[in-house]
Amino acid sequence: MREALDQWAFVAAAYAIGIAGTLIMISWSWLSMRRAEKRRDRSREQ
Amino acid sequence: MHGFANPARFLRIARWLTPIALVVGVLLTGSALAWGWSAVPPDRLMGETVRILFVHVPAAWLGMGGWTTIAIASFVELVWRHPLAGIAARAAALPGAVFTAICLVTGSIWGRPTWGTWWVWDGRLTSMLVLLFLYFGYIALSDAARRDGSGNSRVAAIFGLVGAINIPIINRSVVWWNSLHQPASITMGNSAIDAAYLWPLLAATIGFSLIFSGVILARMRAILADTQADARLRRKAMSQVPG
Repeated sequence: MREALDQWAFVAAAYAIGIAGTLIMISWSWLSMRRAEKRRDRSREQ
Repeated sequence: MHGFANPARFLRIARWLTPIALVVGVLLTGSALAWGWSAVPPDRLMGETVRILFVHVPAAWLGMGGWTTIAIASFVELVWRHPLAGIAARAAALPGAVFTAICLVTGSIWGRPTWGTWWVWDGRLTSMLVLLFLYFGYIALSDAARRDGSGNSRVAAIFGLVGAINIPIINRSVVWWNSLHQPASITMGNSAIDAAYLWPLLAATIGFSLIFSGVILARMRAILADTQADARLRRKAMSQVPG
């Protein structure tokens, strides 16, 4: 017998974690790349 | 192949390839997940929770793909001493760890309504958890090598190679041990999945893989830029030492 659980709540939670984790990783990687490249450019100019 | 190991040539290609991989990856993944959310019918046994597989399965493959990248790049670094191989290995660790964590969490969320439990210590789940800990160890080792200034990443490279033993264990775990986790539904050239689920799964896998590649390129560019800035600042400091 199947438990009376709202399956959509589990689907929504899994999508939210997958999407949020991926977007945070992309943003963090992109921003740290931009920061590092700016630092390299500044070190060239000094 | 050796030609691409030149950092200047790599940067020329990575500058335009990074945003393309990330933007196309995000659009494709978003479309595939919307497709999986709204247009796919519920499964006979799993019900609506079948939709979780469009996040969980690509994350599992990329979690293992991340360590495979680390192992191959570490081998190339140790044997041929390619300047970019060690950087590629370090860059693959973060997206590999993130996708492994997403795989574990979404698998647990899927397990509760389907198996009736959040977690079991079976071969597949345990070996994936071991993979996450291996990623933490690799990130700590490669960061320590970078911080001590020696640039000696040989220990991390050896760890990357030894840790690769876990990849075939994950792959074969559902065959070797009795498990709640079902055997592989997709193998080389074979699929037991209905086309209604297979196409959005394929689209999500390609989308997440493009994101994975874009993140590795961005991280490689960041590591290269940091290394070049550190080298310049060191040279400047040395030239200012009196005597």
